[in-house]
Amino acid sequence: MSKENVLRVSDVTMQFGGVVAVNNFSMEVNKGDIIGLIGPNGAGKTTAFNCITGVYAPTNGRIEFMGKTIVENHPSGKMKNLYKGENAGKYTKAIAPTPDKITKMGIARTFQNIRLFSSLSVFENVLIAKHLHAKQNIFTATFRLNHKEEKRMREESMALLKEQGLDKYKDDVAGSLPYGLQRRLEIARALATDPKLLLLDEPAAGMNPQESDELMEFIRQIRDEYDLSIFLIEHHMQLVMGVCEHIYVLDYGIKIAEGNPEEIQNNPKVIEAYLGVDE
Amino acid sequence: MTKHRKWLLSCIAIAAFLAVVFLLEQTIPKSSNWSMLFTVLEKGSIYALVAVSMNLVNGFTGLFSLGQAGFMLIGAYTYAIFTIPPEQRASVYQYFDGGIITFMLPAIPSILLAGIVAAFFAFLIGLPVLRLKSDYLAIASLGFAEILRAIFQWDKLGPITNGSNLLRKFTTYHTSLYPIIAAGICIAIMLLVINSSYGRAFKAIREDEIAAEAMGINLFKHKEMSFVISSFFAGIGGALLAMFQTTIQASVFRAALTYEFLLIVVIGGMGSVTGSIIASYLFIACREWWLRFLDSEQYIGDFKVPLLRAGFRNVVFSVVIMIIVLFFSQGIMGTKEFSWQGLGGLIRKIPTIPARLRRKFKKEAQVNE
Ligand SMILES: Nc1ncnc2c1ncn2[C@@H]1O[C@H](COP(=O)(O)OP(=O)(O)O)[C@@H](O)[C@H]1O
Ligand SMILES: [Mg+2]
Repeated sequence: MSKENVLRVSDVTMQFGGVVAVNNFSMEVNKGDIIGLIGPNGAGKTTAFNCITGVYAPTNGRIEFMGKTIVENHPSGKMKNLYKGENAGKYTKAIAPTPDKITKMGIARTFQNIRLFSSLSVFENVLIAKHLHAKQNIFTATFRLNHKEEKRMREESMALLKEQGLDKYKDDVAGSLPYGLQRRLEIARALATDPKLLLLDEPAAGMNPQESDELMEFIRQIRDEYDLSIFLIEHHMQLVMGVCEHIYVLDYGIKIAEGNPEEIQNNPKVIEAYLGVDE
Repeated sequence: MTKHRKWLLSCIAIAAFLAVVFLLEQTIPKSSNWSMLFTVLEKGSIYALVAVSMNLVNGFTGLFSLGQAGFMLIGAYTYAIFTIPPEQRASVYQYFDGGIITFMLPAIPSILLAGIVAAFFAFLIGLPVLRLKSDYLAIASLGFAEILRAIFQWDKLGPITNGSNLLRKFTTYHTSLYPIIAAGICIAIMLLVINSSYGRAFKAIREDEIAAEAMGINLFKHKEMSFVISSFFAGIGGALLAMFQTTIQASVFRAALTYEFLLIVVIGGMGSVTGSIIASYLFIACREWWLRFLDSEQYIGDFKVPLLRAGFRNVVFSVVIMIIVLFFSQGIMGTKEFSWQGLGGLIRKIPTIPARLRRKFKKEAQVNE
């Protein structure tokens, strides 16, 4: 197995005040993988996503993307004394790009609670995601000297909507779509940024079993069509089992297990973490 | 309707409007009651320009700026200072030995300069403030405007700003078409911004900052852009207001002036350029013209209408505004814009109104049975 590495998270700890939400977490995603992250509510899954996408600068640790360090941090200032995690001296740099820079590098995401531009049209939602790679500036865009770029953005957005079966809703207000389609649109919008790695935060939340089955099929499909690697969070265990080749399990911010679906299903620690939480 | 025809229709409408204004200007004598129409057209256009600039930041980008009066102040002073003829400076700057500037610039470069200086200050304010997540911009921009007003009246700057004395004798315009066309061009440019890729990014920020950032939109850069463009046009609005008034004084540009624009933007609809324009003209027309009669005693036959006296106009005006803000929270236009189709639809609906009403009453009657 010598697949090209896409994402490598090393010893990432995220501490809010005294709360360690993610504790010394390491993982990797290789090209073409569909990787899962599961764990009970409040385990730190979304926080891990937020560290990768630049929403938070992790308190300690390093994140590499396509072989390049994109995020690195170590406890400093007040955190030096407060820090409860491990590997305190291992990292020395402080690199913390904002989320837009990370997206520009090729990591796109969706949100656990859908975050569409809800009073804008479906088409505009996707079109906005094309803004970041467009060759233009405020002057050329204002005076329409960028009409070739504008045309390209519009055509690509329209093509994407067609591929996702959303073209018939293109003029609808995004917030008025049914829930399932809003999830679809959020994924389409993420794809519009031309990502290499797609992060999905509980994409099946609020779906019935049939819908989530379809979603898993859909995830495989976009992985192949858009040449992606996918890293997804799921709260419900059964769902990830069908689609992920490799699964990480978080509990109280700590990685308690990793492996293929079968190993995870039979892992006593995982079963214990999920006991008491009615699954 | 094709895009081409819509363009043609718009061009014809604009040309016709300008021609009508031109003709009226030639025919209505200055002494007539109707000369207020030109005040409304001129001041309304200038207000529309500033209101749209405020809407760009507050309605389209979702920021909360209260700096409009400050940027207008900068624009008005920049314009006035550079367009007072050298031979008049001795009398204007009589307490400051004729000031320190000894040249003058033509009007249009001065108007542009007014915008650029205002934009520059906006850029500087934005640098620290727009990096912060929440509404520090409101406090910072309001504070900036208030401090600026004091600074411009400061004696030590008298050789430039004439201290707390009036600036006058600067270049003005001689036809109502001037501010109408100037404001029109500026609003057209802002419309182009709003409908460009950057305008879409501004709207994305308004809708959801976190999602916008996740879509690769640099929040700081785009907020700064919106704020600087808005202030540029507020500066130009200030310059035009100076021309309209023919004299200016820093004390005019109080926070209350900013609130007027905020009100206009809210009444017109946050996120609607058309709304801001309509609301500006209505606002000026009501305040300066239509409600004037409330300020003087009126008789119907021998009956003296009660309450009417100097200042009553402001009471009625405030009540009207309160009612509008309370009951039309979306404003006149919401986030909609003018379109020829929309207008066509509206006109086509008019003849059907009696029939609709009848149908409605019939239905209600049936329900009641
Ligand atoms: N910004 C924050 N400040 C303080 N605590 C936070 C913050 N974000 C998340 N947490 C805490 O981190 C823990 C993990 O949250 P989260 O990552 O959302 O869990 P999950 O997505 O696995 O359900 C929770 O206890 C939550 O309260
Ligand atoms: Mg979560």
